[in-house]
Amino acid sequence: MKIIQRGKLAAGAVLSLPLIWTILFMFVPYAILFVYSFWQKKYPTFEAAFQFGNYFTIFTDPQYFQVLLRTGKIAAFVSFFSALLAYPFAYFLIFKVKTNGTRQLLYMAVIAPLWISYLLRAYTWKTILGTNGILNSFLIWTGITNEPTDIFLYNQFAMILTLTYVFIPFMVMPIYTSLEKIPKNLIEASADLGLNGFMTFVKVTLPLSIPGLVAGFTLTFCLSFGDFIASFLVGGPDGLMIANVISSQFGAALNWPLGSALAIIMLIIVLAIISVSDRFERLGAARL
Amino acid sequence: MTTPPTSRLYRIFSTDGVFKAVAASVLAFLYAPIIVLVMFSFSDSRSLSWPIKGLTFDWYLKLFQNEDLLEAIGNSFYVASSSTLLTLIIGVPAALALNRYNFFGKALFRKLVLLPIALPGIITGISMLNLFKVVGFNLSLETVIIGHATALIAIIVTQVFARLERLPKSLDEASADLGASGLQTFLFVTLPNIKTSVIGAGLLAFTLSFDEIPVTFFLTGRDNTLPMYIWSTMRRGITPEINAVGTLILCLSAILIIVSVLMLRDKNK
Repeated sequence: MKIIQRGKLAAGAVLSLPLIWTILFMFVPYAILFVYSFWQKKYPTFEAAFQFGNYFTIFTDPQYFQVLLRTGKIAAFVSFFSALLAYPFAYFLIFKVKTNGTRQLLYMAVIAPLWISYLLRAYTWKTILGTNGILNSFLIWTGITNEPTDIFLYNQFAMILTLTYVFIPFMVMPIYTSLEKIPKNLIEASADLGLNGFMTFVKVTLPLSIPGLVAGFTLTFCLSFGDFIASFLVGGPDGLMIANVISSQFGAALNWPLGSALAIIMLIIVLAIISVSDRFERLGAARL
Repeated sequence: MTTPPTSRLYRIFSTDGVFKAVAASVLAFLYAPIIVLVMFSFSDSRSLSWPIKGLTFDWYLKLFQNEDLLEAIGNSFYVASSSTLLTLIIGVPAALALNRYNFFGKALFRKLVLLPIALPGIITGISMLNLFKVVGFNLSLETVIIGHATALIAIIVTQVFARLERLPKSLDEASADLGASGLQTFLFVTLPNIKTSVIGAGLLAFTLSFDEIPVTFFLTGRDNTLPMYIWSTMRRGITPEINAVGTLILCLSAILIIVSVLMLRDKNK
């Protein structure tokens, strides 16, 4: 009895600070955000109310709805291209690289950019893709083109390129982990049963690595979906993202209720994706 | 004897060549822009265009005369070190609680704590901005610190929790059997065992805080952190001066990467 009580006391002592902190600085702010999303704009600021006008605006005003769709589209492309590059890379590391040291080194080489300023990594694409930028002057220097072109920067292509560049490590990590977990004897067994390399990949390796792919998609999609720095640097009006619209509601437009409603929608989308992918991963774990 | 084309095609795809090419292009994709960033910090022309005509250290010298920049760097060190300390004070007990105890609402607590990993920073930023406005706090570097600490707890919890999971429970039991109190067990048994993961996670938190924009953007008052300063400079156009700051940050990051890799690596592996 005494031991249990002491355990409870210890648990209480350990838990109290994190619990208070999360309630005060996470739960309460999210709750306030939720409440604000039902308020309404009233010149010059806004007032308390309970109405669904903000949500109605978001889903009926093409200005907002289109941005929401575009953000989803860009995030989906980013996840897709990241996977396209990250999967063969991770596969190469796990199944083709012979020595453990080389494998660790190459893996670190892909993860290391995460430690390097995100802002700078996005910025360097701006210097490369701009009209007077490095790519343009390089093309003129080599004689491939005569005049600088503005087709590289300030569009969705630049957005997808930059975001893929920035978030690709988040795709490599989970895929690598899931491929690493696959028992090598499963692949040998498949070969013994007469499947060639490609069929073994389709029937054994790929299905077993789906949890990693799902986790990678979730991370890259959610991170791109909420990004507002790349858009500012390389996106232009055509690459405007939902986070940019939210930040302008809290800035120049001074419509916090609408901004809060947009943020709640973003939160719901992200949470929905996380819970779906959680279920997927658990299914995958059960299969192995 | 000639090889039939289909089999040649098959051989190309089954050899390591294709994979090597993909791996090489992924690495080139990741590192070429970084090399470009560094190269142009030495360019003596104001515009960033190829080819580089002459080399200079002027941009670096200019940095040390730029007082706004130096102040921003100072602010960033203050914010990053305070929020790292704060997030460790909250995150390590949180990881310990999740690893050791069962309590009411544990699943919800875990979800809430880990949320900022996938949650866009802008949501943390504006929801805390709302809170500070409701309570009537003035925005300052201190509100930024609270924001960063909150967003970074998830990093500490995941790293430290992973290490705790691998610690045998028998260590705790042995310590308790020998009469140590809970606090003594933590200080003399648990903490030394998770030390490297705490330091590694702390370094990661420091780097992320040093580089943070979305939360800072909404929570800072008049003071700028380094990324916010760089950002406002970028609004006015691109100059090799930004590349020079970038290169210096790059060097700092490289040192931190090496140290945290050494820290997070398992000695037992």
